[in-house]
Amino acid sequence: MKRLILIGAALAAILAGPANAQSPNKLLNASYDVARELFVSVNEAYAAQHAGVTIDQSHAGTSRQARAIAEGLEADVVTFNQVTDIDFLVKNGFVSEDWQKDFANQSSPFYSLPSFLVRTGNPKNIKDWSDLVRDDVQVIFPNPKTSGNARYTYLAATAYAREAFGNDEAKVKEFIDKLFDNVPVFDTGGRAATTTFVEREIGDVLITFEAETRGIAKEFGEDKFEVVTPSVSLLAEFPVAIVDRVVDKRGSRDLAKSYLDFLYTPEGQKIAAEHGHRVNDETVAAEFKDQFPEVRLVTVEDVFGGWDKVQEEHFAAGGLLDQIYGER
Amino acid sequence: MTAPARNRPPRVGDSPAVRRTLITAVLAIGAVLVLAPLVVILTQAFSLGFSYFAETITAPDTRHAILLTVLTALIAVPVNTVFGIAAAWAITKFDFPGRRLLLIVAEIPFSISPIVAGVAYLFVYGLQGLFGQALQDADIKILFALPGIVLASMFVTAPFVARELIPLMQAQGRDLEEAATSLGASGWRTFFSVTLPNIRWALLYGVVLCNARVMGEFGAVSVVSGNIRGQTNTLPLHVELLYHDYNTVGAFAAASILTVLAIFTIIAKVLLERQGAGRGGRPALAAPNAIPAEKPQ
Amino acid sequence: MPGLPLSLGITLFYVGLIVVLPLAALVFKAASLGPEDYWRIVSSARAVASYRVTVLSAFVATIFNLLFGLALAWVLVRYEFPGKRFVDAIVDLPFALPTAVAGIALTTLFAPNGWFGSILGEIGIKVAYTPLGIMIAMAFTSLPFVVRTVQPVLEDLDPALEEAAQTLGGTDTSIFSRVILPLLVPALLAGVSLSFARSLGEFGAIIFIAGNQPMSTEITALLAFIRLEEYDYQAAAAIASVLLITAFVMLAVTNLLQSRALRYTVRN
Repeated sequence: MKRLILIGAALAAILAGPANAQSPNKLLNASYDVARELFVSVNEAYAAQHAGVTIDQSHAGTSRQARAIAEGLEADVVTFNQVTDIDFLVKNGFVSEDWQKDFANQSSPFYSLPSFLVRTGNPKNIKDWSDLVRDDVQVIFPNPKTSGNARYTYLAATAYAREAFGNDEAKVKEFIDKLFDNVPVFDTGGRAATTTFVEREIGDVLITFEAETRGIAKEFGEDKFEVVTPSVSLLAEFPVAIVDRVVDKRGSRDLAKSYLDFLYTPEGQKIAAEHGHRVNDETVAAEFKDQFPEVRLVTVEDVFGGWDKVQEEHFAAGGLLDQIYGER
Repeated sequence: MTAPARNRPPRVGDSPAVRRTLITAVLAIGAVLVLAPLVVILTQAFSLGFSYFAETITAPDTRHAILLTVLTALIAVPVNTVFGIAAAWAITKFDFPGRRLLLIVAEIPFSISPIVAGVAYLFVYGLQGLFGQALQDADIKILFALPGIVLASMFVTAPFVARELIPLMQAQGRDLEEAATSLGASGWRTFFSVTLPNIRWALLYGVVLCNARVMGEFGAVSVVSGNIRGQTNTLPLHVELLYHDYNTVGAFAAASILTVLAIFTIIAKVLLERQGAGRGGRPALAAPNAIPAEKPQ
Repeated sequence: MPGLPLSLGITLFYVGLIVVLPLAALVFKAASLGPEDYWRIVSSARAVASYRVTVLSAFVATIFNLLFGLALAWVLVRYEFPGKRFVDAIVDLPFALPTAVAGIALTTLFAPNGWFGSILGEIGIKVAYTPLGIMIAMAFTSLPFVVRTVQPVLEDLDPALEEAAQTLGGTDTSIFSRVILPLLVPALLAGVSLSFARSLGEFGAIIFIAGNQPMSTEITALLAFIRLEEYDYQAAAAIASVLLITAFVMLAVTNLLQSRALRYTVRN
């Protein structure tokens, strides 16, 4: 028994050592759920340029990630899909208040939008948001309470409904109610929803980031799924930030900055585009132009008056979303 | 297992019709509910061929997950074993007030959702919790690192060893130890040469069950792990991760390692039961109140 | 006898650090809410719906395990058939198999495109992502309890009792229900309460197979988890405390049943 404990202690030292040591050649990137493949490619490319550097990845719903950081997860950088969750870190003193000024485009290196993925041939003939509330359509997206991805879906649907019903709030609410009624499974994260739709073959349409819909079509065969871009959607930004409290402690600020800067370089932008994200770099954007159909994008600021307001009115406890759940 | 002796009048339910119906029904339901999951894990794991399977389970992240899981068990199981022996000794060899309460408290982890355990640990060691800030200032990492995973595993398995030992030591009484000490043997000597030989199979049994649970724990560890690939992913968490990585086959490959472990656990259990451990009608991984479960002879 | 200070010291330290401290922190956090907020959170419509689906599913799963467990124990004790030892051993699989693994395996089987799900789907029964799926996951993870509590009692049953009843002209059915079953009741109750408690606490296997729909297939443990994800620590603690209290009550009930069962065996 004693020997076991000794071996265990030795192994523990080996395993825990590098993580605890002050090692500015190592970064932890806490990211959102469906960004797994993207950052595998990004990290490979970055490591190829910076010998000896390792980037560790953690993926989960961004609320969960932000919470984990607030509870002590030592992530040097966050690459989220949601401003709200970085704001949570700001409130808790982990990220500086003007983080959106640290990098270009309000610290969002690329963007996407909620888009539809249907089964091949589009058997239910789903073209736009209005089709999602039909009685014969089953819609899959994760729980907006736990998934940033689904929060965009919810907001995009609301934005569409507001336009369609001329801001008649009762009708908007009815529309959203119906949409939620058509969701048979509420997964906690974007990936679980994808699995439900793809592997379990449940639902007629999956709503997720355009980037993810492309990834799925690529992964599971273009002959099985089709991407449908709705007439209007919501600009989904993917904000990045340096977690000040962690980098100051670990002395990894320079590395963190260089890593996030990499996302803005032509090479980084190209990788993002290859994984289905729309990018701001003009040359890269032009190169991938054919992949991305024209779509009218509205922003959270325009339609909802900013993320703070959205959080308060829609997602907070007792907000509109809870009311929708409560009625079901 | 008492085989029905020959030349005995037929007992209740021995008529061929009843017999056949019951056996068929039980086997059919058992096949659907217990055997099928086993089969599905193995067929899915190998559905893309053996080389893909081998590739998955030798991938660095999977290897690390296996290592971390083994490491967690190497720490949690021995510590739990020491605790189990100490608790059984204190509770069965002495009378003190609050014995029963102590037992009930030690049993709580059995009937509580592992999620509650994980959440509770956040409130102790998380930055928002009781000691979080102090730990951070001292630069000690508990959550999202090995210590947190080990602590959560210890919580869920806290009673495992103790409750295999307590009923047995209760039934064996205190006479032998009292005789040994009255002849001048020290406490340690008494334990090692008198008590331990009598409880070794039950002890081993408890260790086997504890180990299986530690290696398989999902809910509690999921809350405290931080999901860092190749760092804080235990094997069960890695199964979930691969499952959501568009890699169902890989997930089942990783799951099949845990399944093989489960099968070994069952074999070990059967072998130990032949040595007389784990008898007395208590279900394997979660008996109720441990004090008197052994039947008087 | 020596060793009390050491053994009791270790025990109290361990129980205190590993079990009591975290649970106390949880209760402390929940208590910081104040009675009104606490009540509001734990009695919200969504929370109540989650209790309902959890308790109801656990109840159905337990009833199933009662019947199936009794039948299985009976078959294992009373009959000889090829593969019996294998069946006896594999009954423990649900305890040995990690719950997450059980979860993905059951989901794969019972999803609409799975082996069983596709067959059941044709006759209009949906399992995965409905309360039925939760029930199956619960039934699986708590399967061995009833079998393992009933089996030894059945083994030790004195054949003379049955013979006596037979000579008095009892039929199989009447002997079973009036002689054998009453003797099994304490063991059945103990097994059932364990099975029920385990079902209430299950998480890993269920989240994969349940649809996680608020108000219909969201179990209480998941709701606590979701509240946590929403940064609502106190609400998470409050809901977790409900689970904790339930576990306490179940433990007390199990204790009671167990000591009654014991008195029963001692008397015999």
